[in-house]
Amino acid sequence: MSKTAALELKKVSKRFGSVVANHQVDLTVYQGEILSVLGENGSGKTTLMNMIAGIYYPDDGQIFVDGKEAVIRSPKDAFDYKIGMIHQHFKLVDVFTATENIVLGLREEKGFDLKKSAARIREISEKYGFEIDPDKKIYQMSVSEKQTVEIIKVLYRGADILILDEPTAVLTPQETQKLFAVLRRMRDDGKAIIIITHKLHEVLALSDRVSVLRKGESIGTVITAETNEAQLTEMMVGKKISLNIDRSEPKNLTDRLVVRNINCSSRDGVKLLDNVTFTARSGEILGIAGIAGSGQRELLESIAGLQHVDSGEILYYDPKTGAEENLRDKTPLQIREMGVRLSFVPEDRLGMGLVGNMDIAENMMLRSYRRGKSIFLEKKQPRTLAEEIIKQLEVVTPSVNTPVRRLSGGNVQKVLVGREISSSPSVLMAAYPVRGLDINSSYLIYKLLNEQKENGVAVIFVGEDLDVLLELCDRILVIGAGRVTGIVDARTATKEEIGLLMTKTEGGEAHG
Amino acid sequence: MANRAEKKREPLFHIVKRDTIPFWQSILIRVAAVALALVVCAVVVVLFTDLNPLEVYTTMISGSFGSMRKFWATLQNTAILLCISLAVTPAFKMKFWNIGAEGQVMMGCLGTAACMILIGDKVPSAVLMLIMVVVSILCGMLWGVIPAIFKAYWNTNETLFTLMMNYVAIQLVSFFCTVWENPKGSANIGVINMSSHAGWFPYLFGQQYLLNILIVLVLTIGLYIYLKYNKHGYEISVVGESQNTARYVGMNVKKIIIRTMALSGAICGIAGLLIVAGTNHTMTTSSAGGQGFTAIMVSWLAKFNPLVMILVSFFLVFLDRGAGEIATAFRLNESMADILTGIILFFIIGCEFFVNYQIVFTKRRKEAR
Repeated sequence: MSKTAALELKKVSKRFGSVVANHQVDLTVYQGEILSVLGENGSGKTTLMNMIAGIYYPDDGQIFVDGKEAVIRSPKDAFDYKIGMIHQHFKLVDVFTATENIVLGLREEKGFDLKKSAARIREISEKYGFEIDPDKKIYQMSVSEKQTVEIIKVLYRGADILILDEPTAVLTPQETQKLFAVLRRMRDDGKAIIIITHKLHEVLALSDRVSVLRKGESIGTVITAETNEAQLTEMMVGKKISLNIDRSEPKNLTDRLVVRNINCSSRDGVKLLDNVTFTARSGEILGIAGIAGSGQRELLESIAGLQHVDSGEILYYDPKTGAEENLRDKTPLQIREMGVRLSFVPEDRLGMGLVGNMDIAENMMLRSYRRGKSIFLEKKQPRTLAEEIIKQLEVVTPSVNTPVRRLSGGNVQKVLVGREISSSPSVLMAAYPVRGLDINSSYLIYKLLNEQKENGVAVIFVGEDLDVLLELCDRILVIGAGRVTGIVDARTATKEEIGLLMTKTEGGEAHG
Repeated sequence: MANRAEKKREPLFHIVKRDTIPFWQSILIRVAAVALALVVCAVVVVLFTDLNPLEVYTTMISGSFGSMRKFWATLQNTAILLCISLAVTPAFKMKFWNIGAEGQVMMGCLGTAACMILIGDKVPSAVLMLIMVVVSILCGMLWGVIPAIFKAYWNTNETLFTLMMNYVAIQLVSFFCTVWENPKGSANIGVINMSSHAGWFPYLFGQQYLLNILIVLVLTIGLYIYLKYNKHGYEISVVGESQNTARYVGMNVKKIIIRTMALSGAICGIAGLLIVAGTNHTMTTSSAGGQGFTAIMVSWLAKFNPLVMILVSFFLVFLDRGAGEIATAFRLNESMADILTGIILFFIIGCEFFVNYQIVFTKRRKEAR
């Protein structure tokens, strides 16, 4: 190649305790190109990028910037080498304006001139086509605006090598398109861009070359134009797998859960749910789509008895007797004692669904420990259940006694979903059940949800990947700023249609 | 692109968190820490006092084991410290930072002393004993439950709350010391029921402290079982790890916080009973003597395991008594003894860093490539 390598990694390794996160990884990125780093969760993408950005220090190997060996010990060193990283979780001060956040941490000789800085920010924005108001405070911004601030922050510091960690995870399809346009403009300007992702269609749409990581090792680099989804998947997973979800026709549809006009507000009086009405029927999967934080969590938690509901009703119809029960204002324990078989796989697996420091058997006990009159714990039954789940769902764990936080994301989720399904529920709610999971585990979860649906369970699935929602669900409820903005048939709807509904706010301004 | 930064020097070492550590290795680190501490202490002793460090250490040991009387006193001190450590443990396991054990113990002392003084001569001794037990437990419990209620319902900061309750308890004790002063004008209670011995713990097999020790031993085993095998113990662990999980599975978090702090306070109350009725037969503002705070260290060092706490509290008492012994035997300043205890504790607590983290030295890389 005649081009200069802007950044080159040679045999870089990093271990955490006994876990090898990166093993002799090679990576090269040139000026004026977009390189995708593709890999499943836990394949070491983020660790590798953190070493370039100075957050971790490599145990072994060399990093070259512009052909010269570089030692990057801190994020500041990285900036000196003109490397900037945009993290998955934004690192901004909420009460500061965009400008203040951007200049934060810079050393100016003569003190700060915020007006001058704001002018430069506008200049950068115009150059690459960002839409940003430098004087807007962070807490007033949408997720995509915050991301823009993060990107400008590294450009302001003169970065020539940009690393973006899963930048599209929190964006709507429309926002993603805008981001891609900006990235292409930066590429044409001669910047080297590395984007971490596990979404194949984005890789194909955006990048010039793709480097694939698997289990911490580099598998290879291919030119995007010469590859396809199937080949990339095979490189990522290590074997051929089919990427189809079998969707059966719903049978014996009966109303199981009717939510009518519920309203919720936060402690400061902000509306979290605004007049939400929908019906979940047995034998189908109802998808819930929306920008993160639009009220999905509150909705599920209101049904589970964990969120105070101001008004409206939540009705449950018993599958055997058909009796109507109102679940509103009931505690989770009361709901259980009423005989309502409601299972809930919450978004925060280790912070809510499970206890990270307890082992698998003890986590099974969470649901069953009250059983029996004895004041002592019954430990045998949960242990048997734990062993069954490990066997049936192929949970990879050293033993039943391993604390669940030591398991990988996919295995943690198998434990949680396994427990929730084991109580043979009539309603199963799952919030982002495949977030952070590798492909195989994700498809196992889809299969389990489909099995539950065929068994006549009313399944509610909150998802973020619209492609998956469209393939897996029967109907999709779209939620925007706490309101139901539409309920569509998943067999006929399109991604763009749902994307528009996600940002629709009646009477209010649309997020951009 | 011009103006890249100058080549940086590689760092000499970096710190990495350990994943797991073999048991023998963690023991080795701790033993090494103690050995190192003894060496440093020896250097300090030689530098400042010109004494033979070996002699100093022998004297230290004789502080705890020098005579039968000293040996029993060591056991008794261990029992009291262990009792208070047990008391703070359920709260800590629940991540409720109860630093009010001092005050809760003082309230137990106050309740016991009140019974002995006010009704000591009026009821039969068995009844008196029963009343003392109940009152001391209730007093400690009250002091534990008040901050728990505020925490559960209004999410107040339990650390500040329990800390301030200590001062209230000490002032109350100070007040009653004046009310019940004996002789008049001394502002001290003096030995309660000096002649009748009403409310004093009986001798068992001729040993004054044996009953104390047995009570604490029973409590230790009881608490171990409670935390490990009882449903309440399980609830405490879940609430401590994640209140969200507890709520999600339908636990009543408020009730668990209050119930656990009631238990914590109750055991502190018993410690107060053991101090006043079982040991000192009097009450002063320093009856608890800071053990409410030392107990926090015991509980943490033992990783909340009641059985390990027996060893830890014994070790701390041993250090304390040894320090006192060398201070008197060599006519050293009290501070010298404190310095030695401080050095030993510094190493023991500091070595936990090496149990949890590892230091990796950067390998020299070849410059030519």
